[in-house]
Amino acid sequence: MTYEFDWSSIPGSLPFLWDGMKISLEITAQAVVIGIVWGTLLAMMRLSSIKPLSWFAAGYVNLFRAVPLVMVLLWFFLIVPKFIETLFNFPPGADLRLSSAMMGFALFESAYYSEIIRAGIQSVPKGQISAAYALGMTYFQAMRLVVLPQAFRNMVPLLLTQGIILFQDTSLVYVSALADFFGAAYKVGDRDGRLVEMLLFAGAVYFVICFSASQLVKRLQKKYSPA
Amino acid sequence: MIKIANVSKHYGSFQVLTDCSTSVSKGEVIVVCGPSGSGKSTLIKCVNGLEPFQSGEIIVNGISVGDPRTNLPKLRAGVGMVFQNFELFPHMSITQNLAVAQVKVLKRTQDEAMDKGLKLLDRVGLKAQADKFPGQLSGGQQQRVAIARALAMDPICMLFDEPTSALDPEMVNEVLDVMTELAQEGMTMMCVTHEMGFAKRVANRVIFMDKGAIVEDDSKEAFFANPRSERAQQFLAKILHH
Amino acid sequence: MGYQWNWGVFLQPSATGDDTYLGWMFAGFKMTIALSLSAWILALLLGALVGVLRTVPNKTLAGIASAYVELFRNIPLLVQLFIWYFVLPELLPVSIGDAFKQSNPVMQQFLASMVCLGLFTSARVAEQVRAGINSLPRGQKNAGLALGLTLPQTYRHVMLPMAFRLVVPPLTSEFLNIFKNSAVCSTIGLLELAAQGRQLVDYTAQPFESFIAVTISYIIINVTVMSLMHKFEKRIAVPGYIGGK
Repeated sequence: MTYEFDWSSIPGSLPFLWDGMKISLEITAQAVVIGIVWGTLLAMMRLSSIKPLSWFAAGYVNLFRAVPLVMVLLWFFLIVPKFIETLFNFPPGADLRLSSAMMGFALFESAYYSEIIRAGIQSVPKGQISAAYALGMTYFQAMRLVVLPQAFRNMVPLLLTQGIILFQDTSLVYVSALADFFGAAYKVGDRDGRLVEMLLFAGAVYFVICFSASQLVKRLQKKYSPA
Repeated sequence: MIKIANVSKHYGSFQVLTDCSTSVSKGEVIVVCGPSGSGKSTLIKCVNGLEPFQSGEIIVNGISVGDPRTNLPKLRAGVGMVFQNFELFPHMSITQNLAVAQVKVLKRTQDEAMDKGLKLLDRVGLKAQADKFPGQLSGGQQQRVAIARALAMDPICMLFDEPTSALDPEMVNEVLDVMTELAQEGMTMMCVTHEMGFAKRVANRVIFMDKGAIVEDDSKEAFFANPRSERAQQFLAKILHH
Repeated sequence: MGYQWNWGVFLQPSATGDDTYLGWMFAGFKMTIALSLSAWILALLLGALVGVLRTVPNKTLAGIASAYVELFRNIPLLVQLFIWYFVLPELLPVSIGDAFKQSNPVMQQFLASMVCLGLFTSARVAEQVRAGINSLPRGQKNAGLALGLTLPQTYRHVMLPMAFRLVVPPLTSEFLNIFKNSAVCSTIGLLELAAQGRQLVDYTAQPFESFIAVTISYIIINVTVMSLMHKFEKRIAVPGYIGGK
């Protein structure tokens, strides 16, 4: 006697699963944008000669990198909303939990982006900054016009790879009851008693998406780096 | 034009510059030489504030470089600098390299900046390369573009930090020719270089540095005829005899 | 502000009566350490093997190794964990599956978590090992072969000892990751640190204290592992080479 597969609950639940996938993609997109913007600022602070800024950024990045994503999500799902509610006297009806969890996710991923971006900034030869200064540029002009464009060009593959990891990480919002793709698949499987099939299906979907995306990044990388 | 008075600098306990004093008048060409690690690159980078220093004073065109209230970007915009490794911006075309600081720092229009840039590019003999990127040019060509980029800011003086030492030997002269021409037109120049032929041709004075201190500061004629310190004699013997 | 701080809560007897809440935390801490270390051993062994296979000239072996890495890298850890825990026992021959399902539930959760974390991490370890081997100068392999060593001997005596030292720093970060990733196992009910933290919130109604304590525990693990690995890196450094003096 081996297990008898029954895939029949998948076709009917595709619209529901697609809604979940849209949420997964939405969280990914939001976290990538916030991650890159906030991560760039953190990296600039970290490399700044102004000590308090650099300490703040180092503390932020090291803290978020020392704590599991699951813990961060639970903080932002269970604790932070209560804190904000008592602090600002929010009406008890307002449910901040989901947006708070999404924000926590983005803040967490920013720490990882900031490390990639810091390495990218440091990969630009120091002489480039000197040359920009020698031409009379201010710090922000030198960063915006000279350093960051070169840094981001070097980082494109790494940023995209991190995006794929981030997309996988979104499945963890399961702990905060956000109905992402994985949450949706689990719900359907649980409802129909077909958890085995739904979990395998979810795994296959993630694999196809992430594998194709990483192959694309590899090709892009080959095109970018001259021999 | 440039006055350096008792400048000292250290990294932690390591003394890089010790009580350096000299000056450059308008229209003068000064060559700074000395063995590697003697502090000559550091000194020239102090002049436009790229390197901070702990004591002493540097005055450029009446403005104190070390004063925290000085608007350094504004001061640097008026002082041209050419680097050992060219430091063209690799992600910009040659014309963009020439225009970017004119537009963003001097607030010239894009058209004005392009005009000016192309004129200077013509002057260093590279008009045909205007739309290429730095990576497509030879080292000598890149360095000539870098000189044009600095000149585009209408500098009151030019600083050269070993402009030919990263070049293949056959490209050294094309860069020195541009510099010689510039000197003959009366540009105030401070050049860190080992090219003694260039020094003999155009320098007014030669400064010899060793271990962070200015050991010789003489007219060109006096320096080559009779360097007073033993270290300067040894240095000259080493670089002239091959 | 409405919140009543009460750090003394950790010393109160727990709801089940046989322990303090501090005891719960400590049990979670031990579980996290035990799970992470056992999974790490699995990850190192499998990862080293797969990483070496990815660099061998034999196309079939290298292909299998590369498929292994891609499989475990492109599926989220949480999905892998649920597959190990909920799916695999169903697909095994009934006798084995039933034996698993009838065993101690904590044992089930621990086994599934360990295998899941171990295999997930082994794919990342394999990538680092491969990168380490590939970053060795080409001449090293040729020099070994030119001396008359066989290919396995060249790996064993020339390439791996050096590659091993090269991969220690990136492996440190994977080692840190395995502790953090172990928190995912709270989702199948394994009572490690994060799960104990959640339980403390429910039982004590002191959410801030509970979460701060758990978060600090993770930071302590992080700092300890980092300093241990730093010492280890120093000890194995080769004189005149990266990290050596």
